[in-house]
Amino acid sequence: MTDATAQTPGEGSRHGGSLLAQDKLTKKRNAAETRFKAYGMIAIIIGLFFLVMLAVSILRSGIPAFTTYAVTLEMSVSEEEYAEAESQLLKTAAYTDLFTRNLEQALLERGMTEGVDQEAIERIVGKVGSDIREFYRSNEDQLGQPVEFQLSVSSRVEGYFAGRLTRDNISESRFITAADFDLVDQLEELGIISSIFDWNFITGADSGVDNPGGAGIGVSLVGSLVMMIVVLVLSLPIGVAASIYLEEFAPKNRFTDLIEVNISNLAAVPSIVFGILGLAVFIQFAHLPQSAPLVGGLVLTLMTLPTIIISTRASLKAVPPSIRDAALGVGASKMQSVFHHVLPLAMPGILTGTIIGLAQALGETAPLLLIGMVGFVAREYPNGLLDGFTEANSAMPAQIYTWASRSDAAFYEKAWGGIIILLLFLLTMNIIAIILRRRFERRW
Amino acid sequence: MPVLWLFLIVVALATVGYIVGRSRALSSADGDNRLLHSLPSYYGSNVALMTVVPAMGVLMLWLIIQPFIVEGRVSGTIPDSVIADGSSLSLVMSDVRRVAEGLDVAVAEGALTRDEAASIRTEFTDVRERLGNVGVALGSDVRPEVLRAAQIYRSLSSTGNLIMTAVVLLVAVGGFYYAWNQTHKDFRARNVVEAGIRVLLVGAASIAILTTIGIVLSLIFNTIEFFRIYPASEFFGSLTWSPSFGGGSELGIWPLLWGTFYISLIALLVSVPIGLFAAVYLSEYASKPVRAFAKPMLEVLAGIPTIVYGLFALLTVGPLLLQVFGDDGLGWMQAGTAVMTAGLVMGIMLIPFVSSLSDDIINAVPQAMRDGSYGLGATKSETIKQVILPAALPGIVGAILLAASRAIGETMIVVLGAGAAARLSLNPFDAMTTVTAKIVSQLTGDADFASPEALVAFALGMTLFIITLGLNVFALYIVRKYREQYE
Amino acid sequence: MYDAPHTERDVDQKETKIAARNVQVFYGDTHAIKDVDVDIEDRTVTAFIGPSGCGKSTFLRCLNRMNDTIDVCRVEGEITLDGENIYDRKVDPVQLRAKVGMVFQKPNPFPKSIYDNVAYGPRIHGMAKNKAELDEIVEKSLRRGAIWDEVKDRLDAPGTGLSGGQQQRLCIARAVATEPEVLLMDEPCSALDPIATSQVEELIDELRTTYSVVIVTHSMQQAARVSQKTAFFHLGNLVEYGETGQIFTKPQDPRTESYITGRIG
Repeated sequence: MTDATAQTPGEGSRHGGSLLAQDKLTKKRNAAETRFKAYGMIAIIIGLFFLVMLAVSILRSGIPAFTTYAVTLEMSVSEEEYAEAESQLLKTAAYTDLFTRNLEQALLERGMTEGVDQEAIERIVGKVGSDIREFYRSNEDQLGQPVEFQLSVSSRVEGYFAGRLTRDNISESRFITAADFDLVDQLEELGIISSIFDWNFITGADSGVDNPGGAGIGVSLVGSLVMMIVVLVLSLPIGVAASIYLEEFAPKNRFTDLIEVNISNLAAVPSIVFGILGLAVFIQFAHLPQSAPLVGGLVLTLMTLPTIIISTRASLKAVPPSIRDAALGVGASKMQSVFHHVLPLAMPGILTGTIIGLAQALGETAPLLLIGMVGFVAREYPNGLLDGFTEANSAMPAQIYTWASRSDAAFYEKAWGGIIILLLFLLTMNIIAIILRRRFERRW
Repeated sequence: MPVLWLFLIVVALATVGYIVGRSRALSSADGDNRLLHSLPSYYGSNVALMTVVPAMGVLMLWLIIQPFIVEGRVSGTIPDSVIADGSSLSLVMSDVRRVAEGLDVAVAEGALTRDEAASIRTEFTDVRERLGNVGVALGSDVRPEVLRAAQIYRSLSSTGNLIMTAVVLLVAVGGFYYAWNQTHKDFRARNVVEAGIRVLLVGAASIAILTTIGIVLSLIFNTIEFFRIYPASEFFGSLTWSPSFGGGSELGIWPLLWGTFYISLIALLVSVPIGLFAAVYLSEYASKPVRAFAKPMLEVLAGIPTIVYGLFALLTVGPLLLQVFGDDGLGWMQAGTAVMTAGLVMGIMLIPFVSSLSDDIINAVPQAMRDGSYGLGATKSETIKQVILPAALPGIVGAILLAASRAIGETMIVVLGAGAAARLSLNPFDAMTTVTAKIVSQLTGDADFASPEALVAFALGMTLFIITLGLNVFALYIVRKYREQYE
Repeated sequence: MYDAPHTERDVDQKETKIAARNVQVFYGDTHAIKDVDVDIEDRTVTAFIGPSGCGKSTFLRCLNRMNDTIDVCRVEGEITLDGENIYDRKVDPVQLRAKVGMVFQKPNPFPKSIYDNVAYGPRIHGMAKNKAELDEIVEKSLRRGAIWDEVKDRLDAPGTGLSGGQQQRLCIARAVATEPEVLLMDEPCSALDPIATSQVEELIDELRTTYSVVIVTHSMQQAARVSQKTAFFHLGNLVEYGETGQIFTKPQDPRTESYITGRIG
């Protein structure tokens, strides 16, 4: 800091020296200047580098979650075959037989000579028999018609495609053998196994720990949306009402001071503490159902309120006093001046702040874990609209956490994929907020 | 949902009240609204508010108070012999509630009739099985006393609900009639309505205080409960954290505090220099386009949810660090989850927090200071180092304290990135754990809610709350003082 | 090129310190200073007067390139200090500002001690070999700033704790400490009460023996009291420049006369 103090005086003599030539000290100082500026630039670059690294990680690891590998096969089952299969004791096995026969046929047509091992097919394709049976039982009119089936491959074959499993690192078992992978390669070459978009990931529910391929984020997405509805419905009116009181009506006294200090402190209380509050007050004390999105919404409301109040007050403050004076001047009451003039003018700012608060709440995880909204409860969609609020469910970030903490690495891919969806929502919300701000922002 | 119906009925009544109040006011002025004291809509609103607000108030209070009265009455009927065998009254009561809920579900599903639910006896029916059939799983066979208590519980609750419905409707109608009766052209409806709205506004503002009270109470009660079954001297004195759900746990807080402190320290060592230099560069050097690009880009880092950072730590940064410092590299690191991993990622998360706070604070230093320094022939960096930063120092210290409080309270990054082992070690490449991570693991585990292993989470929460609150209050005080200096 | 300043020198005039030729200043699209030519003499107090917004402060800030810190500001034309163009690409504004010091409208002491305020310039310019020399410079500067007697016992007290007039004299002492050749003062008394103003004015008169002082003021009386030369600016133009006595008694330009008699401004 005081590197200049040690300089000997008069170096390159300032007085009488030409302005056009830099003396030694000035050169040195300018070098320090350049260095300092470089530090700043490096700091920015490091920050941006982390951002890029994060983005690359997310995209590279997350995008595979949206595709899955499937066996595509066109086959037709005649009514006789159907009747025969249904008459057997092991019905699904009969359908598996049908499938294998058809697959073999298709392979022969495409020029593969040797026959295929039925057990290998069963190892590669999961529960193919029951899928086919279910289809025909509910679509009997399709019997005799050619139908194209897309059947997802088993999770181990998925692992092979993702590079997690190789011929060297698997232990041969009744689940998979190295020879199966050769067959998989052949099938892929012949275009029977191909990668398709995995709708199940977007619409599905969480699966068991042993079935990473079947895991979807759909149910917890519904949980998140329900919570956002609760947060929006509660925090917007309460937040606006509190801000109007504090900004427009509150007398300067100890009570309002207390509220102000409270709000700024609540904004900085760790989110996990709100989780403890939710657990103790809403579940222990009020006996609201555990894992319910309603409770999650209440907790997030309490957490979001300070943010919304702070931004709402800022937008109310931005409305110039002349507007209030004008309204009061024509005989409006204080209340009328606020609700008729100040509030509508502040609305874009309030909405922007609310959306940003909601986005924050959408990404919050820790408090949800404490009230039991962990990923594995998101097994099925709620039965109805009202059940959506009270039935046990998870939320996107909690679902991601659950996947990330499972030991099967195949779930990590799902977790990254879930993050992409979560970030898409956040991005959309932020873009809406930016558009609102750009569109309606007024400078006084 | 009778409460929902009750609510809808009251709202419907209020809507009617609005219309009726409005037209009564108009007719009292012979249809000439110039003769009214207030606009007609205020008379309507007055009736509507008088209908809804008191009724809803009563409803809320009733919903809060009724369970206490019912529980008090029911627990009085439970003989001591039921409680004696190693459990407590509250455990028995939760059994009672569960059975009562089960009976409710059974009635709703049609598996039991109302009368059956009120009269079945364990002596004649296997209650557990019948409830199991409708999807209510009970842990053990239902004891006759518990079933009896559950039936009393149900009958008291339903009586209570009936009275509640009656009282709430009565209050709503009463409010309706009172306001309707008041409605006259000379009645100062606007003033009354505005006073009412004002009360609602104050109520909304008080929620902040209620939240704080709620936090403090929920922490205090459970912490006291914890210290009743686990000695406080051990909690604050022991250097070992080894919970075992079978009992005989050692629950010393120090390893957790150390982990929290160590990770936060690393996070600050990463974020403060980078954030501060970035803020200085953006506010003093950067050209407009660079600022317009870099500032929002850095702020994107602040908008990313912490779960994303947690995953980033666990799956990207951890393995990367392991490659360099692990057994294949320098050999300092055993696993990807470590203090360094969590601290580094948390530091990244805090960069925009530090930089935008510092940016505000640096911009608050008056231009006159800069002019004065430039006018003496100082370079930009000399001005920044010797004039601006010293002037902004209190504010920046406040910002760093706020960042520290963030780091201490951060949960997801440490849950995923720091590991689970509680240990007192100096090696930043060891796995350690923090207060927040243990709150999560103790409360999401299978521990019985009344056991010290679960209750310790509240004592940890209390510690966390006090530390962060202290930091926040102090930091906000410093920042405010600093702002006042230049206003 | 324009005439070199020394060829223009009148016999009875002092040496020209700063010469401006055809100076234009733009703020974005606004043309703030138009075609200003002026010679500022050594060891003289030159006053810039004119109605507010006439560009006098802007022009003053051009003389030590303080306008460089404003992004949208652009300067054209030539300003020379001792014959060297200060807008030459080779000139480092840092070195220039050491030679051309500046005192601002509002007293702006740094939030440091009185001592550190004054020592700041000498420190960054490496003017003192050791603490004793620095002490000497600080004392000398504070004496020149006519504030030594008031603060000599509390050099460690913060500069911001002084009264307005004391603060401004501290700022002058701070500017003097770097031993500039020219001292620019931008309405140095506008934030001061009459007593402090007269103290500062006395100080300015003393400083004339060593420096070339340029003072911007909106007070014509002040210009008349302290300056030997006066320049009148109006709407970005230099309307009239000459001996102070002459400007105030026999203005050549009707606009100058209107301003002095109070009809514009």
